[in-house]
Amino acid sequence: MSDTHASEHAHPTAGMYLRVATVLFILTVLEVGVFYVPTFHPILVPALLILSAIKFCLVVMFYMHLKMDNRFFTMIFGGPLLLAFGVAMALMFLFKVFVLK
Amino acid sequence: MSHAAATHTEGHHTSMGLDSRKMAFWAFIGSECLLFTTLISTYLIYSHRSLEGPYPQQILNIPFTSFSTFDLLMSSLWMVLALAAVQRNDMKWAKVWLMGTVIGGLIFLLGQVWEFSHFVEHGLTLQKNLFGTTFFVLTGTHGAHVAVGVLWLFTLWVRAMQGKLTSKNAMTVEITGLYWHFVDVIWIIIFTVVYLIQPVYHV
Repeated sequence: MSDTHASEHAHPTAGMYLRVATVLFILTVLEVGVFYVPTFHPILVPALLILSAIKFCLVVMFYMHLKMDNRFFTMIFGGPLLLAFGVAMALMFLFKVFVLK
Repeated sequence: MSHAAATHTEGHHTSMGLDSRKMAFWAFIGSECLLFTTLISTYLIYSHRSLEGPYPQQILNIPFTSFSTFDLLMSSLWMVLALAAVQRNDMKWAKVWLMGTVIGGLIFLLGQVWEFSHFVEHGLTLQKNLFGTTFFVLTGTHGAHVAVGVLWLFTLWVRAMQGKLTSKNAMTVEITGLYWHFVDVIWIIIFTVVYLIQPVYHV
């Protein structure tokens, strides 16, 4: 069996991991800050969802190595994730958590 | 620095040249996405339909949960540092980072136990109202995943202490890391959707 195969890619360095951790830390501070500052309350929900999505992507891309790994892993993960997102959206509309105006 | 050379010396590979265990684990993580989506959706649908309190905005402790979130994020950092150490066969630091990750997970779990106890003292139980039912099922399921992760990481640390964990087992550590980071990304969503956004709906 060959040791060289399609999934073999260089992982990020410790420095890159630390930089990602710093960004995650800052984004979490921003999330909590946005929650407490009344000025941001009109845009609270979209702001928090965007910040959360960025954090999600950073962890999946760098800590879970999807950015560097074989694209097939992204498909295995992304397929169910998209399905899950679609199911969640459908449920939100069906149960009137979101209401179309 | 590339760590690739130190990895993938064990296990089976698929016809695509991908590690079969890693592929299976990604499929498992995909299925877990669906599980947590159902739990989060159920929470969003029913948590604000409680007929009696306590309600989310009365009981959720944002500063405390923010600390738990930082703790879990830091444990994710320590996990990738442990993997990097194993890949370069630096077992001294691998043991340090693995134990750090275990401790980070334990702190999170202790925080959750304290939070649940606090909620029960304030009258929120699994049976009290729809918020209690959906909240405890969602966060409890996540906590159970964290507990499994802590046990898994601890067994890796024990193997490292016994000298049975080397760079040849880097894929084992990487798969453990995938599980741990997945638990982290689920918490990223729960923290936002349950703790930060949810109270706003009810004010």
